[in-house]
Amino acid sequence: MTTDAAREQLRQFILNNYLFTDEQSALADDASFLDNGILDSMGILELIDFLDEGFNIKVAGDELVPENLDSINSVLKFLAAKAQG
Amino acid sequence: MDIRRLLSDSLDIAYRKHPDAIAVTVGEQDYTYRNLYEQSQSIAAYLREQGFALGERVAIFMENGWPIVPSIFGVLYAGGVFLVINHLTKAHKLAYILQDSGAQFLLSDAAVAGQFLPVLSACPALQAVIYAGATIAADCHQPLVPLTQVLATAAVEPIYPKRINLDLAALIYTSGSTGDPKGVMMTHANMVFTSDSLIEYLRLDDQARIACFLPLAFDYGLYQILMAVRLGARLIVCKSFAFPAQVFNEINRTQTSVFPGVPTVFSTLIGIHHKTPLCFPSVTRVTNTAAALPPEYVPALKAIFPNALIYKMYGLTECKRVSYLPPEDVERFPASVGKAIPGTQVFILDEHRQPLPPNQMGTLYVRGAHVMRGYWNKPVETDKMLIKDLFPGENILCAQDQFTCDENGNLYFCGRVDDIIKSRGEKVSPVEVENVLYRLPGVREAAVLGIDDPIEGQTIKAFVAIDADSGLDEKKIRQFCTAHLENFMVPKVVEIRDSLPKTDSNKISKKDLRS
Repeated sequence: MTTDAAREQLRQFILNNYLFTDEQSALADDASFLDNGILDSMGILELIDFLDEGFNIKVAGDELVPENLDSINSVLKFLAAKAQG
Repeated sequence: MDIRRLLSDSLDIAYRKHPDAIAVTVGEQDYTYRNLYEQSQSIAAYLREQGFALGERVAIFMENGWPIVPSIFGVLYAGGVFLVINHLTKAHKLAYILQDSGAQFLLSDAAVAGQFLPVLSACPALQAVIYAGATIAADCHQPLVPLTQVLATAAVEPIYPKRINLDLAALIYTSGSTGDPKGVMMTHANMVFTSDSLIEYLRLDDQARIACFLPLAFDYGLYQILMAVRLGARLIVCKSFAFPAQVFNEINRTQTSVFPGVPTVFSTLIGIHHKTPLCFPSVTRVTNTAAALPPEYVPALKAIFPNALIYKMYGLTECKRVSYLPPEDVERFPASVGKAIPGTQVFILDEHRQPLPPNQMGTLYVRGAHVMRGYWNKPVETDKMLIKDLFPGENILCAQDQFTCDENGNLYFCGRVDDIIKSRGEKVSPVEVENVLYRLPGVREAAVLGIDDPIEGQTIKAFVAIDADSGLDEKKIRQFCTAHLENFMVPKVVEIRDSLPKTDSNKISKKDLRS
């Protein structure tokens, strides 16, 4: 999957399930999910399930840090690193 | 001699005994008792300079972090009453709490300016906003004062609150069955007594290292601070449990010994443990409250925390905590939430307020110095909760929860008397969610229910009848809820119907919706 396709899929997931809108401008790619109240603890867990189902990515316990999961950009970077590794 | 009458006395004592001991750790940053004392005194000095009077209220609206701790003690030193508001609270509810409490000051953070700026003009009692974080450039009714400027106000001489222990220390807002949150009035005596009772049964000392990733607006989070300062121990503050690996690193780095959680936290923890085994040998106490800890979690928790005593507890904001199960009994009485906390009593009474024999279900009543003074500005609701005719001249708390009690004095939770929903350990008033739904044009009828869920306790489901031409759908309804409610209150499922079933008296029948 290309980065753009992944970005699109991720954005749709967040917009549809947490912001309930099709308005693309509602979510900046570098906006922190947590600091902006977009996701809470439960939302982060749902995001992890989504990565598992949609991208076949298993997130290990020690990868549950904001650097990997707190914005569209950080998730894309994390996905790219996982694909490498 | 160490006398602790007021909540802030513990900070004086800890500061005097070991000013350079670490009081609070937030990430890489450590703060000593000297830092905590001096910043709290500066905040108090500033408030006094502004003409802040004894007994006035200060709302603290910020995310878990360092500034919240000196804010609490600063208000107490100034002789005021603090209230902590969850940083996820949206403008409408924030305005309600500020107006209801009549808060004279707001201590907040630039990060949540988007929520507080629009409501300031509706809060005439508010004199100023003190804020942490980036500079805010905005025109508004009240002066906006950076916290850094306040902290530069040095107290000329130590400020001691001119209060007695019957004075209020805090208002703790909790969801009520009428929809509007209610401010639980807690005195210094209440909170000093309760901190000591918790410390006693948790068997803690000044070596404790207490983790706090639960919101400090939640009394369970707040008491982690109060216990740490009472002990002169160390508090490790994390923003939340959203990124568990971050919390795990903090536990290992700081050698955390006390781990307070709720079932959703433990379920996450166990989920991770089953993929990659976890082990935190430094932790010696694990506590659970807010919702029942499923007995089947206990073996996994024992593996994750091999050196910990596991405490199951139960409480309600109106008295902070009701009961705890001694860790030695966790396997013997797996379904119980234990017995009354030290220095308090509980009774199970029938509808005529007569004592019931063991194992018969009735309403739980609570007696002790931890029972609230009442609800702020709400005498009618207060009278429903505080019963005066059981002991002469004494208020007994009616918990509005159904319980049984066995021959050993162990309590078993059976259900609630009202229809408050408990989701992810948070109390959610269905009426509060329904009120938001009714504000959405096109919504004719709305009813909100809690649906049993193995992990969340209950999930929130909304039934809505809408006008055919409203253009509303599930997504739009949830979007509106997200804009006006804290995340945990937003319905997970919205079912749209032509109309909702009614009772004979023409009220929406939740019983029919449930079946």
